[in-house]
Amino acid sequence: MADASVAVAAAPQSIPALLARNVARLGGLPAYREKEFGIWQSWTWAEAQREIRELALGFLSLGIERGDFVAVIGRNRPAHYWAMIAAQMCGAIPVPLYQDAVADEMAYVLENCGARFVVCGDQEQVDKVVEVEDRIHHIEHVMYTDKRGMRKYDHGRMNALEDVKAEGRAGHYRYEAELDARIAELTYDSICVMLYTSGTTGKPKGVVLSNRNIIETAKNSSNFDHLRSGDEVLAYLPMAWVGDFIFSIGQAMWAGFTVNCPESPATMLTDLREIGPTYFFAPPRVFEGQLTSVMIRMEDAGRVKKWLFDHYMAVARRVGPNILDGKPVGLGDRLAYLLGNILVYGPLKNTLGFSRIRVGYTAGEAIGPEIFDFYRSLGINLKQLYGQTEASVFITQQPDGQVRSDTVGVPSPGVEVKIAENGEVFYRSPGTFVEYFKNPESTASTKDPEGWVATGDAGFFEEGTGHLRIIDRAKDVGKMADGRLFAPKYVENKLKFYPNILEAVVFGANRDRCTAFINIDLTAVGNWAERNNIAYASYQELAGHPKVYEMIQSHVEEVNKSVAADPMLAGCQVHRFLILHKELDADDGEMTRTRKVRRNVVETKFADLIAALYDGSGSVYTETEVTYEDGRKGKITATLRLADALVAPEQRMAAQ
Amino acid sequence: MNAKSAGHTTADGRKIGGVLMEMKNITLRFGGVTAIKDISFDIREGEIRAIIGPNGAGKSSMLNVISGFYVPTEGEVWFKGYKRGPMKPYQVARLGIARTFQNIALFDGMSVLDNIMTGRLTMMKSGLLSQALWIGNAEKEEHAHREKVEKIIDFLEIQNIRKTPVGRLPYGLKKRVELARALAAEPKLLLLDEPMAGMNVEEKEDMSRFVLDVNDEFGTTIALIEHDMGVVMDLSDRVVVMDYGKKIGDGTPDEVRNNQDVIDAYLGVAHD
Repeated sequence: MADASVAVAAAPQSIPALLARNVARLGGLPAYREKEFGIWQSWTWAEAQREIRELALGFLSLGIERGDFVAVIGRNRPAHYWAMIAAQMCGAIPVPLYQDAVADEMAYVLENCGARFVVCGDQEQVDKVVEVEDRIHHIEHVMYTDKRGMRKYDHGRMNALEDVKAEGRAGHYRYEAELDARIAELTYDSICVMLYTSGTTGKPKGVVLSNRNIIETAKNSSNFDHLRSGDEVLAYLPMAWVGDFIFSIGQAMWAGFTVNCPESPATMLTDLREIGPTYFFAPPRVFEGQLTSVMIRMEDAGRVKKWLFDHYMAVARRVGPNILDGKPVGLGDRLAYLLGNILVYGPLKNTLGFSRIRVGYTAGEAIGPEIFDFYRSLGINLKQLYGQTEASVFITQQPDGQVRSDTVGVPSPGVEVKIAENGEVFYRSPGTFVEYFKNPESTASTKDPEGWVATGDAGFFEEGTGHLRIIDRAKDVGKMADGRLFAPKYVENKLKFYPNILEAVVFGANRDRCTAFINIDLTAVGNWAERNNIAYASYQELAGHPKVYEMIQSHVEEVNKSVAADPMLAGCQVHRFLILHKELDADDGEMTRTRKVRRNVVETKFADLIAALYDGSGSVYTETEVTYEDGRKGKITATLRLADALVAPEQRMAAQ
Repeated sequence: MNAKSAGHTTADGRKIGGVLMEMKNITLRFGGVTAIKDISFDIREGEIRAIIGPNGAGKSSMLNVISGFYVPTEGEVWFKGYKRGPMKPYQVARLGIARTFQNIALFDGMSVLDNIMTGRLTMMKSGLLSQALWIGNAEKEEHAHREKVEKIIDFLEIQNIRKTPVGRLPYGLKKRVELARALAAEPKLLLLDEPMAGMNVEEKEDMSRFVLDVNDEFGTTIALIEHDMGVVMDLSDRVVVMDYGKKIGDGTPDEVRNNQDVIDAYLGVAHD
């Protein structure tokens, strides 16, 4: 196309310009794949550009203006990525939203950005938008990808994305010049995307990221891990999350690799195996879940298989990480590992879909050392990174060969990091966000005039290695009544490393001792119950079972022992705990959509339970409001048992 | 009701066409037992028609008459404007009638995909030999059928169990697979025998949505038997109410709900 050559001449300053560059360089290579109707459908860069341009022309025919916001709500599908890029072509700003958000949460974001256009994945999302439309009136056009069930809607201001595309195709003589002009207007400082932070505290804030933020970050991080055309990613994490935007749009566009979209959320693991990505990101819970399922299946395996697995996993644990890091390993061990690779690791990696991984990342939460080492010992180059939306993801990351489970690595290329007096981590980088949308106060309090951004996390640089270690959220790190340090996340993470514990919330700020709420993991504990002939009818009944309490108590006591070993944090040992009768849930507001516990919500909602943990009673009756998936509310009642846990003697600091 | 001969449009914009099937004075006797007594009603193209009634009212017998499994002792069945005689099951399928069963009738050892493929059996033209040897049209035909089946799998959102043996599935999903198999035959008329029986509220809601979507998307005419009054009233365009083998009501859900005979049959009558 005529415009493409113009854009390629200069260094690409926008995503559409990068797309044009990729078409010129890689035109016939696959850019997107999606499994649909049981088959992987694929689009080359040239085909993708055609689709995106047609969609952009369609947007123009609907009257999209420069600076309009286009909300995109749906699962990872090429059409949705294309809608975002098409919006950019028109000078508009894409705003991806979490698709599992309930209508109220959606209303806030849609109202805050004043979206004129909304692209929905399916009828479910359209229904939510229609529901909020009687409160907010600036939505002019709703588009949807999946036509199913949409026939009887009023289409006065509604269209299938396909039809918008057809309209663009039909009107291309009228709009082509306008579109090319708008693409040419895009600069490094144009807004690339606006992403809403999940908001562990208060209402979500719109983080404005420019083309410079995204493209510079994508360039630096792609170079850091040598990402290139020919790499494959699986796009399965929420589109509203900054990570997905960087991996599936930023880096994919910069490095020119292929983005693969699963058939449905439920088929993700099968699709992962079929694609075998070379570059893979997953939050710790995905790795945990996969490890748990492997372990459960090995429990049921025959004796020979089980022996092989145990034997070679021991070998892998001993030498695997060293081989991966290129450290010296004896010939005998190398041979044993090679054999293990043929018999166990290779097939296992294949089953998990990890056969081809060159670079794997995990972030978002601390990952258990056993889990981390398990994958690394198999020869999977799993690393950690530390980042946030405001930084366009990358703040620190682990270089190949310097990987450990307890650090988050060294500052990413182009990023400066400093630690403030109180331990809070600050950074400055080309990826640093422009501003919070319509929120100058928050922008000012987060980003100082010199461009340093407060992360809100407390951490320190390890002497010798220069790796950053994060302890906890800076505001969560508090003092106990006697002045000792209280770092709940530190203890919670230790608890969560047990497969039986899904979530833990530790209390103790300004109190004389710590207590905890525990959420059991239904898969792991359910399986354990089955093995031990423990019958249960519901989550609640299983959670309250005396045997389960016994098991959790032993976990808590082990954690206490390990916490006691660290003199600074010994005060955080858990004295009493209870197992919650329901899972903490984002629908009830107890967690963010990215599954981080909202501590203050939990504290107010379960105030009665916390009080009981501290008044010494043996059980407590409680009523809890729950929200079902469709937004209806209900109530569950339960009588919970409170259990005491043994506390290890503290090693007093020598100085005291 | 009878006054309308041409098509009309329902409140939510769906097209309801002319008469697809007409039952004229149907009576069905098994020896001395009369299961159905002189019942007449019609099913219009594109509508969802429910047959309800207390236990033993003769609903399933009626559905079996519609499907051609039972031949009525008296009366006539008209389908697409022709009077229908006694038929073999495959003839019924070729006419464009498919059904699901109250007690699931799937092949437990076969995968979901294969089970649904069986729904297209009557449409396969290549012979046994060419299919076994994978020669001639067999491959092309299989691909075409598989494509149709995949569309249905996508439609009913069962992609994740495509390769799972049916025997390992929970009840609610089996019901959905059965619906998928019936749909694979691309029926004009779909008969559902208690599609929601034994389901929890959430499964019922899912199934209701699928039934509505099938009707909406493919324009399939649906006749269903159901116990759950809430479901019936929400789903159907028109309802036939049976009691002791007789028709005691026929009309829109609202008409039926206010029909004194129906109320008596369901709530009982005071005998004095």
